[in-house]
Amino acid sequence: MSNKKSRGRGGGGGAAASGDGHEDLARPPPLQAVLLADSFTLKFRPITLERPKVLLPLVHMPMIEYTLTWLESAGVEEAFVFCCAHSHQVKEYLEKAGWAGKSGPGSMAVTAVESHDAISAGDALRVIYDRGVIHGDFVLISGDTVSNMSLKDALQEHMDRKKKDPLAVMTMVIKHSKPSILTHQTRLGNDEIVMAIDPETKELLYYEDRADSSHLYVTIDKDILTNNPTLQLHNDMEDCYIDICSPEVLSLFTDNFDYQHLRRHFVKGLLVDDIMGYKIYTHELRSGYAARIDNFRSYDTVSKDVIQRWTYPMVPDVISSRDCSESRLHRQGIYKASDVTLSPSAQIGANSVVGSATSIGDHCKVLNSVIGEGCKIGKNVLINGSFIWDNVIIEDGCKVSNSLVCDGVHLRAGAIVEPGCVLSFKVEVGKNVVVPAHSKVSLLPQPSNEDSDEELEYADTNSGITDSPPFSSMRSNGDQATVPLEEDELGTSEAGTCGVVGYVWTSVDTGIVEEWRQSIAPIPKEKLEELRHAASDDDGSEDESNNRTLPDKDDSSDSVVDDDDHISKFEKEVEETFQRALGGGVNRDNLILEINGLRLAYSLQHADCAGAVFYSVMKSALVAAQSTNDTLLKTTADALGKWKDLLRNYTKTVDEEMEILLKFEEMCQETTKEFSPLFPTILPYLYDREVVSEDAILRWAEEKEHADESDKVFVKQSEAFIKWLKEAEEEDDEEEE
Amino acid sequence: MDFQVVVLAGGTSDSEKLCPLVSKDVPKALLPVANRPVLSYALDLLEASDLKDLIVVVEGQEAAQLVDAWVSSAYLDRLRVEVVVVSEDLGSAGALRAISKRLTANDILVVSGDLVTDVLPGAVAATHRRNGAAVTALLCSVPVSGPSDTASSSGKDKAKKPTRLNIVGLDKSKQFLLHIVSGTDVEKDVQVHKRKIQAVGQMEIRSDLMDAHLYAFKRTILQDVLEQKEAYRSIRLEVLPYLVRSQLRSAPSGGSGTAVDETGSSAVQSSGNLQCLSQHRVIAPSAFKQDGGGHRCCAYIATKSKYCHRLNSIQSYCDINRDVIGEASHLSGYSFSAQNNIIHPSSVLGSKTTIGPHCILAEGSQLGDKCSVKRSVIGRHCRIGSNVKIVNSVVMNHVVIEDGCHIQGSVVCNNVQLQERAVLKDCQVGAGYIVTGGSEHKAESLARKYSEL
Repeated sequence: MSNKKSRGRGGGGGAAASGDGHEDLARPPPLQAVLLADSFTLKFRPITLERPKVLLPLVHMPMIEYTLTWLESAGVEEAFVFCCAHSHQVKEYLEKAGWAGKSGPGSMAVTAVESHDAISAGDALRVIYDRGVIHGDFVLISGDTVSNMSLKDALQEHMDRKKKDPLAVMTMVIKHSKPSILTHQTRLGNDEIVMAIDPETKELLYYEDRADSSHLYVTIDKDILTNNPTLQLHNDMEDCYIDICSPEVLSLFTDNFDYQHLRRHFVKGLLVDDIMGYKIYTHELRSGYAARIDNFRSYDTVSKDVIQRWTYPMVPDVISSRDCSESRLHRQGIYKASDVTLSPSAQIGANSVVGSATSIGDHCKVLNSVIGEGCKIGKNVLINGSFIWDNVIIEDGCKVSNSLVCDGVHLRAGAIVEPGCVLSFKVEVGKNVVVPAHSKVSLLPQPSNEDSDEELEYADTNSGITDSPPFSSMRSNGDQATVPLEEDELGTSEAGTCGVVGYVWTSVDTGIVEEWRQSIAPIPKEKLEELRHAASDDDGSEDESNNRTLPDKDDSSDSVVDDDDHISKFEKEVEETFQRALGGGVNRDNLILEINGLRLAYSLQHADCAGAVFYSVMKSALVAAQSTNDTLLKTTADALGKWKDLLRNYTKTVDEEMEILLKFEEMCQETTKEFSPLFPTILPYLYDREVVSEDAILRWAEEKEHADESDKVFVKQSEAFIKWLKEAEEEDDEEEE
Repeated sequence: MDFQVVVLAGGTSDSEKLCPLVSKDVPKALLPVANRPVLSYALDLLEASDLKDLIVVVEGQEAAQLVDAWVSSAYLDRLRVEVVVVSEDLGSAGALRAISKRLTANDILVVSGDLVTDVLPGAVAATHRRNGAAVTALLCSVPVSGPSDTASSSGKDKAKKPTRLNIVGLDKSKQFLLHIVSGTDVEKDVQVHKRKIQAVGQMEIRSDLMDAHLYAFKRTILQDVLEQKEAYRSIRLEVLPYLVRSQLRSAPSGGSGTAVDETGSSAVQSSGNLQCLSQHRVIAPSAFKQDGGGHRCCAYIATKSKYCHRLNSIQSYCDINRDVIGEASHLSGYSFSAQNNIIHPSSVLGSKTTIGPHCILAEGSQLGDKCSVKRSVIGRHCRIGSNVKIVNSVVMNHVVIEDGCHIQGSVVCNNVQLQERAVLKDCQVGAGYIVTGGSEHKAESLARKYSEL
């Protein structure tokens, strides 16, 4: 139903745009924007199970509000909000906040585009393309971006470039931000990125995100240098994720249906592809603010920037004036709504925000924190560096530091929330309970079957999970045993270490070790110390690598390892394929096709194939056989008989036959020693079945003559057979004469 | 200035690339460029920078005697030159190592004797001092080589990519050398250590600069390296890259000091101290510049308008000769006539013989009738017959060219005899060779030892 609606609207917008085009050809198409109201990541779980990320309040306003406000101020005339997870909530919000119904000059038309099966930004853009609503250049942005930059310059640059070079399809906005040397992440908690930019044209030549510590070196292709004698390598830039795109970008996503991630796939794909020659340019933001809230740390950082008014006019007292509740800026960056009930003995520190209808009791201390609307805070509460959303009840004597507390959470007296915690909606924390650092608590259980790939993990969680009983089955997290406790029991657990109503989530996606990187809490001192040591250790090891000097030497050794690895992987796959064939799933021709396919995929020789297939056949015989040698011999004979055609397919030349013999030898020596006593018996059998020819056997024997004694074992064992072969050959010769 | 200058003048055998131009009688340092030994260009330049204490290192006894004789006559009372003999095939680093004990000044300027440039070594030395660097290397634009007409030098052929000689990484201020690739590695993919980029934040990678083989070293560091790394033979390929690499290593000692400050303050910031918001905070200077213990490698980048070539191949020999009498004529030290050429008054020209612009005709040379010389250098006491055409060529001293010869794009060494109607195109003729009459040679290297076989 909703689907239909938005489609109708989209069509309307398109018609209007084309109508304009007819009236006045000189007028450029209206500036459009695609706003992704879904980040397709799980960084904000568990909160995002219940509410989409773009609607999470950032200093009292949902994030999407900042983005939409900015788009409108930047002159965007038509915005398409792509929503996926919790789409009804997003749409509801757009209606309620008055974005959806707007029209007329000077205001931005907002249309929701809904899809439920998109799992990535790539999918989202493909959906947008299918709708056919984008006609000209558009701004691509995600709904969690806060900015006040002027888009004019960047747009002008983009347009000018496009006139000269139609292949310049995208302009990325970047800004200066030097990541910490120790943690290798920016202030926003993003991983550092390495970019290579042409200093003249600002063309992006290389992009590497995700600090991959395994790659010590940044490798720039030599061809890039041939075309650009000068390039700037940047580690001190941050990607703002604000892109000005040409309409071609959408079709590129459609053409390359495997593009998922905007940067990892799309940008890298374009940079690597030199056939189409599409180019990406950068625009460095020199004044103005732009930041994307990608994780909890950036949530913290951007919140503070908003409070500090770096994002003006997107600041609490200006932006909230449309709302009914008005908050005022007091000295030291304290924002208070007019109807706050504040005890005279309570102390609000600098850079804090307190929402309307909130009451704060005696002797409370609120420092560097944001407190939402309708909260009840008891006496002697200490709140430091935290984000308390709406309608939260905090009883007397609680301590909350550097944590995120969602709507409707109830902290009972004396509860302590340690740094880095996230308490999702309506979680209750019992009396005197200590929530350990970096815990994530939700009323909803953690989805258990999570894919390890973060990109694909996204799941639509609208359906029915809320019904699941939150109290019955509690997942525990290692030694932090959480005990489900009913409310009346909470009172009695005086010394309880952890009495929380809700599920404590284990951190799967990032791993506990990395938790500190992206949490709200500051990086602990010990961690920094640790990193510093690691850094100096690194330098030590680097000395060694320097002494080894040339990196290409390392490469070659690596590639050897790779090579071995490569072949064993290939063998494994062949074996699996073969086993499927054994199971009867695949017929012989298809089997050959599949194996050939594998060979091409691994770019190996025919001989490698022969070895691998032989290995698989023998392995199957081994599996079929019982432990005794007699049956093994029999099953081997059966297997060879059955698959000799397959093997012959790969033994077209003597080299390949040799490969089989060598493989057999290797198996007997290393992997499957069961065959070793049978070697001399099986060898004539292979000869009889014409899997290997006498030429191959003789050559093999010849080659082995000069080998080590240990290598000669099998030649010696089958000496009689070889001798017979030789004699037979001579006889043949004689006969011919 | 407390600088000691070492001029690496090479020898006779060092450069196979220059065969057959270099011979026993003419070591590399004395190869004439516009009728002056190439070494004189470096020495004049040093004199202009008031760097007058020189050690000229020559490979081989005989070559050293020749160089010594020339230097002591030409630079008598002008420079204090000590010519030092080292054995052959030591490489540039080996030669330095051999004379290491003679080095006493705080800083050492190492100049290759085959450098023809108008970049003042004094400027490089001053930069070196100002930065307190361990090493400062002169980098200049890669020359566009190849025989090009004078017209094409202004309208450069865009399709032609200059050969890549070095890949260098510079910091933001373009003063510090962070990365250098030379030798055969330049044709590979560029690999830059991440830690380097992390430390500086931003690095400029350039492939259009070349190492001009003029370095200022801090003596102690140079001697340490030469002592510790006995296998190093080349300054350009080994010593300099080693120093550039190892500046990273010394970073932690001093670098951690700055790192403490930086992260310490960032910890304070994120702990909620909003008063020092870091959106626009001044980025702490990179560890490189702050560290006290480590050394720094600096670069002096010559502007594009400067001339900077090394004479290390036949091609470059031709190019330099052409340039010195052509577009870079200020280097030659001669004053050109209104026709843009130099004709020594003692030379004799036949009737209807024309000497075009960008030519030098040295003393005592005679030309017959109806000759034409274009963009060429002709040495002393040459005897040239009639109807001879010489284009884009270098003719050294005492050469005899008989009637009707054509010489184009070639180098003709001392005492060569070209018999009648010999035609040379893009050839090199070794000293004393006799080119038989009427023969035609194209892109050949003619030397006496071949003719004797």
